[in-house]
This record gives sequence, structure tokens and C-alpha cells, in this order.
Amino acid sequence: MTALLPRRGLAQILALIVILAVDRVVSPQFFDLRLQDGRLFGSLIDVLNRGTPVALLSLGMVLVIATRGIDLSVGAVMAISGAIAASLADSHSLAVVLAAALGAGLICGLWNGFLVAVLGMQPIVATLILMVAGRGIAQLITEGRIVTFSSPDLVWFGNGSILGLPVSVAIALGMLILTGAVVRGSALGLLIEATGGNARASELAGVGTRAMILAVYVWCGVCAALAGVIAAADIMGADANNAGLWLELDAILAVVIGGTSLFGGRFSLVLAVLGALIIQTMNTGILLSGYPPEFNLLVKAVVVLAVLLLQSPKLSGFADVVTRLRRTKA
Amino acid sequence: MILKALFAASATAALLLALPANAAELTIGFSQIGSESGWRAAETSVSKQEATKRKVNLKIADAQQKQENQIKAIRSFIAQNVDAIFLAPVVSTGWDSVLKEAKEAKIPVVLLDRDIDPSGKELYLTAVTSDSVHEGEVAGDWLAKTVGAKVCNIVELQGTVGASVAANRKKGFDAAIAKHANLKVVRSQTGDFTRAKGKEVMESFIKAEGGGKSICAVYAHNDDMMVGAIQAMKEAGLKPGKEILTVSIDAVPDIFKAMVAGEANATVELTPNMAGPALDAIAAFKAKGTVPPKWIQTESKLYTATDDPQKIYDSKKGLGY
Repeated sequence: MTALLPRRGLAQILALIVILAVDRVVSPQFFDLRLQDGRLFGSLIDVLNRGTPVALLSLGMVLVIATRGIDLSVGAVMAISGAIAASLADSHSLAVVLAAALGAGLICGLWNGFLVAVLGMQPIVATLILMVAGRGIAQLITEGRIVTFSSPDLVWFGNGSILGLPVSVAIALGMLILTGAVVRGSALGLLIEATGGNARASELAGVGTRAMILAVYVWCGVCAALAGVIAAADIMGADANNAGLWLELDAILAVVIGGTSLFGGRFSLVLAVLGALIIQTMNTGILLSGYPPEFNLLVKAVVVLAVLLLQSPKLSGFADVVTRLRRTKA
Repeated sequence: MILKALFAASATAALLLALPANAAELTIGFSQIGSESGWRAAETSVSKQEATKRKVNLKIADAQQKQENQIKAIRSFIAQNVDAIFLAPVVSTGWDSVLKEAKEAKIPVVLLDRDIDPSGKELYLTAVTSDSVHEGEVAGDWLAKTVGAKVCNIVELQGTVGASVAANRKKGFDAAIAKHANLKVVRSQTGDFTRAKGKEVMESFIKAEGGGKSICAVYAHNDDMMVGAIQAMKEAGLKPGKEILTVSIDAVPDIFKAMVAGEANATVELTPNMAGPALDAIAAFKAKGTVPPKWIQTESKLYTATDDPQKIYDSKKGLGY
């Protein structure tokens, strides 16, 4: 059993299974799937599709957190890239639109990375600047309106399909594989973890910690920009006031649920994405349940607390003691 | 350099002083909240139009969503001795002292769009606002009339939990359909007044109601959520506007676009023209001393596909929504 399921990740997989089972109870048709216009249709697909933005954000966020950093600006970066994509969509080719939107994310990441790695600012303060200013920049681009577009190329990102899967889900999967291949297929992941574990020791050992930190913030910005493009394509418009609002918190939560410590030094990409799926499975379940909306946040808080308790080392130690006591009694 | 700036400043000042004497009879200061939403932007541009129409010199101060900026703006309007002050209050409390200053200076204050704490009633001349309970009623009455005697399961997209507008629009709608036993709200969730959440919540409603087959109508507390819900219905292979009736509130341009495409049925307008009735009330008050009622309710007009939605879309899209 231990060979099949890694010890790390057991808590997350269990949590996901339990929440899926609860969803099945509140909504009997939860696992129903059918094809609609060549695209799979059902609550499970909703979970994947709606979980995509946070999953993408968590891919960048987990690397940043692994270096003992944090990026509060991802929601604002989503708003900026979405605003740029929507403003250009009807007058430029898809390549230009994507290059501009992702380029903006890259620049935002460079800015954050520069503040943290070069100027040595504390990450939470450095990225707070862009979190506040970024939404303002997005509002300037859209002039405070919801900019809509009809370009079928960009809309495809929101409602197209690849082999029955929504395009956004396929993109997130591709990004997970790409990020995994780059950081785990080389020593990069180890160097990132070393930077987070002890930056000074790593620096002395010859790790380019400054470059590592810069790189993870840039990647985080690009992931956020991609999430922003998908969010804009989904509603065929850019809503600078609301796009990505508070999603930085969901992304951090996904990373933490995925077992990555905020103190840096180790990380898991797959578990971070799993964390994002856990959050969305819960959100979708709440929507399907038919409870009054006043309960939404309360239910979410209780579930998150339960998942984090599952992972708590103190508590699992307590559970060990209980089982040992039972054994001695028997 | 300093001289040049001084000259420029005095030239502008001279121009400002000269303008009211030539063009306008009244000078009114308007403390606007800021650019919080598309509707707010439309309100600002309609206010300018209405003032120009009546040859009133309207000075607009943008408070960037901060009460202290609004208080500063009102004090500066008092110092300039304007004929009246319009105020769109960002919050409902904390206005007593600055409004007392206006009262002492004998400058009438008119509230636009939002009311303030009841304790300050004697401090303003009148409030021009929409009745959001009534908006919900108009939406509910339209649905009841359109459905007739047929049994109709309604799903509701609520505004942000805790927002008074959301609570009122729900209350009004519930009251209107309570008179008809065949109408029932089967699902109600918050879509936070946004397109993205409106779409997500509608997706889950469709799954929970057997692929949407048992849903007869959607009621959304604002048009933006409805625009998102319409996309969700289309992606699920349903036909909004035909198989599923839609009614929402606000009357933003994009809902008229959906009406033109036959995908939306009705919307109740939250008019951006709050300044028009306020200007009329001030003009009558200044000319004949007519004291307006304490509350001027704006019309909650219903628009459907029969009202030439294309024409309304064209007239609204330039307003900054």
C-alpha cells in the first residue's frame, strides 16, 4: 500500500475522496457525465473547469512559497492580463493577444522578483504593492467598464474543448506537466528548495539564490496571466473590478492544503493542484447543495480546518498514541 | 516659471468666474463617490448631460470611494458658496457635522442614489433614490404575468450576501410571486453581482435541476450575473429567452444586446438619471420656494424585447457603463 500511495499526499487524497462522497450525497447526479456540443458536461467537469484558475495560480505560488516567499499580487495580475486580452481580442491576432497578456504577467513577475531578490524587500510587502496597484492598472485599461469581445479565437479558451475536456483544463494539465518536467526533471527544484531552506547556506554553496527567486516570481506572474486570460475568455469579457478578486488567498490555501510549508524548503506541484481541486470540489458541492448562501463561507472554513487538522503532525501523533493505547488494552 | 503658472492659474480662475455669469443661472456642486462600477460612471455622465440641458453649472468632485474626500468636497463647495450641493454618500453615517455646516450656510443638500442615517433627516432637502424592494416587485409581477397559470420553477441569483440592495430585491420579488401559488423559487444562491460567479452558480443550478429541464425562469439581482447565466445555459444546450425565461435588474447595455439576440426577456431599470429630478427640485425650490417631498422615488421601468432593445443599447453604450 505504501508503495502505491506516497505517505505525503495521503491526507489530501483522503480529503478529496471524502468531499467527493459528500458531494455525491447532496447531489445524486454528481458523477453523471454526458457529451454536450462535443464537450463533456457534468458536475465533475465543472469542478475541473472552475478549479483551473486557482490550479494555475497555485502552480506558480507553490514555487514562490518554496523559496520562503509569497505572492499576493496574482489576483491583480489576472485582472491586468484579462483586461489586456479583452481590449486587444477583437482587433489583433490571437498570437499578439496572448503575447501581450502573458508578457504583462512576465513583467509583473519581474517587478515582484526585482523587489524581493534585488532590493531585498519582504515578499509579503513587495507583492502587496502590485496587489493594490495592479487592480488600478487593470481598471485604467478597461476604463472601469466590463470590456467585452467576440473574437472566436479567444472565446475558444473559455468554451472550446480538446478531446472532450474543456480547453482551460487541458491548458492547466499541460502547465502542470511542463512545470513538473522543468523543476523535477532537472536540479532546479532542488535548488529552489535549497533557496527556501537556507538562502545564505545555499548562496555559500554556490546556488544562485537571487536568480532562483527572480525566476519563481516570473513564473508565478506568467501562470497568473494565463489564469487571467482563461477567466476573461470564460465570460467573454474583462471585469477589472472582480476578476481574480481574493483568488491569491485561495491559491495560498491550495498550496497549504497541498502540504507545502509556508517556511519554504520543500514543495509538491501535484499536491498543490490537488489542493486547488479540493477547494473547488467543496465550492461546487456547496452550490449544488441548495443551502442558503449565508452558509457558504462557514462550511468552507470548517472543511479547510478539517483538512489541515488531518495533516497536523501533532494530531497524527495524538492518533498514534490513541491506537497504541487501544492495542495495549486489547 | 512661477509667474507663468500664476498667470495660467489666474486665467483659469477668471474663466471659471466668468462662466456661470454668462451661461448658467445656478451653480451646483456634486460630490460623487468615484468610479466603483459602470453604473456609477453612467450616473456621472447622465448628470452632466442633465445639467447642460438645464444650463446649470455642475461641478463634480470625485471622492475615490472615500468619505473624507466627500466631506472635503462639501466644505469646498460651501466655501465657494454654490447654490446647492448634490451628494451621493459612500456610507450612511458620519455626515451630521458637515451637513450642519451646509445648513448654516443656507445651502440646500440633495442626496442622490443612496440615503443616509435616519438621524440626519432634517439636514437635507430631499433624497432622490430608487426603491430596490419595488424593483424586485416589478420583476416578479412581470414574471407572474408572463407565465400565467402555468407551474413555474424559478432559480434566483442573489447579489452579495449582506448587501442591502440584494436583500431588498429578494424581498420585493418574493412578495410579488407570493400571490401566485404556481410560482416557486426552487434554488437561490449568491452570484456576488459578477458575471463569473453568475455563470458558475447557474452551471450548478442546471446540474442540480436535471440538466435544466425543470427550470422555467431565472431571476438575477443584476444584469451582469444574468449575462453570465445566459452563457451557462447556452453552453448546456438550453435556449435562454425561449425555453427558460430571464428577468434581471439594472438595465445595463449588455443585457439589451442579449435581448436583441433573443436570449434575454426582461430587465428592470435602475435609472442613472438621479440628477434630473434633483435639478428640477432645486430649480423649483430656488424659484418659488417649493419644498419637495423628503423622498423622490425614481421610476423602476421595465424593458422587454418589445421595447426596441437595439435602440436602447445604442443610446446607453456611450454612457460609460
